[in-house]
Amino acid sequence: MTDAIRAEGLIKNFGSTKALAGADLVAPAGSVLGVLGPNGAGKTTAVRILTTLLVPDGGRAAVCGYDVVTHAHQVRQLIGLTGQYASVDDGLTGTNNLIMIGRLLGLSRAGARARAAELLGRFDLSDAAARPVKTYSGGMRRRIDLAASLVGKPEVLFLDEPTTGLDPQARSDVWDMIRILVSDGVTVLLTTQYLEEADQLADNIVVIDHGRVIATGAPDELKAKVGGQVLEVVPADLGRLRDAAAILAGWTGIEAAAGPGTRQLIVQVPSASVLPGIVRQLDESGIELAEFSLRKSSLDEVFLTLTGHRAEEEPAGEQAGAAPDKREIAVR
Amino acid sequence: MTTASLPARRLSLLTGLRNSLTLTWRSVLKIRTNSEDLLGLSLQPIMFLLLFTYVFGGAIEHGSVQQYLEYVLPGILVQTVLFATLGTGLMLNQDISAGIFDRFRSLPIARWAPLAGAIMGDVTRYVISVVVTLGFGMILGFRVHTSVVAAVAACLLVLAFALAMCWISALIGMLVKTPQGVQTFGFTAMFPIVFASGLLVPIQTMPGWLQGFAKANPMTLLAAACRGLMTGGPVGVYALESMAWALGIFAVFAPLAVRAYRRRT
Repeated sequence: MTDAIRAEGLIKNFGSTKALAGADLVAPAGSVLGVLGPNGAGKTTAVRILTTLLVPDGGRAAVCGYDVVTHAHQVRQLIGLTGQYASVDDGLTGTNNLIMIGRLLGLSRAGARARAAELLGRFDLSDAAARPVKTYSGGMRRRIDLAASLVGKPEVLFLDEPTTGLDPQARSDVWDMIRILVSDGVTVLLTTQYLEEADQLADNIVVIDHGRVIATGAPDELKAKVGGQVLEVVPADLGRLRDAAAILAGWTGIEAAAGPGTRQLIVQVPSASVLPGIVRQLDESGIELAEFSLRKSSLDEVFLTLTGHRAEEEPAGEQAGAAPDKREIAVR
Repeated sequence: MTTASLPARRLSLLTGLRNSLTLTWRSVLKIRTNSEDLLGLSLQPIMFLLLFTYVFGGAIEHGSVQQYLEYVLPGILVQTVLFATLGTGLMLNQDISAGIFDRFRSLPIARWAPLAGAIMGDVTRYVISVVVTLGFGMILGFRVHTSVVAAVAACLLVLAFALAMCWISALIGMLVKTPQGVQTFGFTAMFPIVFASGLLVPIQTMPGWLQGFAKANPMTLLAAACRGLMTGGPVGVYALESMAWALGIFAVFAPLAVRAYRRRT
């Protein structure tokens, strides 16, 4: 069986900026691939190449077996694209936007109208169907974008940061819509800066940073790969924080931050087998515990471990370099 | 999964034309629903007609306001449509910045259809400009002295010229980053073309070097041809020369605009 999405060694440069430096992406048919990375990591560039909007400088990519460069027209018949750049027309009503796309895809007048009504109903936009899209709220806007990408009943759907900038309610609405699509058998490639989003929706996650894939796997595998589990310890007497930290360091080799203002100690543990030893030693040292819990590490911690910076942070490029200078000037 | 038998790679010309017509429908729909654009399109020629007829009409030696109106109306017709071509570049630029063209490009449609659709849709705007200018001119007292056929021919000349000029506008729209930039560049380029011509005043009072420019200015030629067709006078040479200009402009700028379009999108 052909993979719905297969990209090997994608390279794309914009001037001296390396947007992609040899990225591989694979999504089996019917799966959800989450592409996770901070701003500027190369996510959007990858999507634009896979949706035939950009030609890569190196590497190859195929959608359902069709090369995105040499067979772009076939690829366009198979895909749907939703992103901040692939937009609908603000000045047209929701209905007319969808009719336009239906007509472009070769549907009859009546067929395009029926498909538009069906999709507007499905995305809770029937009441707003006759209003220009510029009057829509942020959440409605994303839903009409999503509807627009589905007019042609695509086999592979590309969602580039579908919930960025949405409030939690609107975000969870969009998530529900995506889940319904997936249950219909559509293959989805989803890019996101939100670790929770990838964790919630994706079967497989690719973490990219500076145009390179730095980790791949199912959400659980990724969490296991990096430190596996996380131990949180809160001593009853916060004065004993340093002593507790020293004991944890002895068992795990990780110095938990225990400065002033710290309430809890967080360390990654290789396996649960070290726990009895830790408990015994804390007890012998007379450190009473207010809290002692073991959990799987969150994707946020995965990202921090893999890249050395947090996912929501700007990439360690010019912006990150410029920020401290600004702060210095402000202080003076 | 069996996706081996998708339609061939090349799109037929017919499909491309159908795509273009759908996108023309979109442009026309936008004009209808965007009341501000429609208002601007109508108010501008009305304002220019009023200002020029009553502010300059008496000062410019033409005898009477009525006589000046007969002179200036064909000029304002040309000027109005010329300004309206700026909208072509403006809208292309907005569509590209807003990502609407990216959506089109991710669809299995002819690559040239969005550009063709935009320009075909804009013809509607030009027609509106012509009708408003001529209609309001008649309210002010302008009369066609020749025949309806000749007057229609004058309007067609102006529209044909606009269809050539809109490629310059389209090129600016592709090369400039923001819609504001399109407006700045467009108007800066258009003012000397409009004013250093025989559109609004006879060129005899201009200094010699400027007369040379104004005489060669295709706007002067086009306005002269329209005057001839609407109020009587020589037509042939002016019409031929202005259409030669239109062809030349089209031949140079349409390929440049298409190339810039391919690069930008």
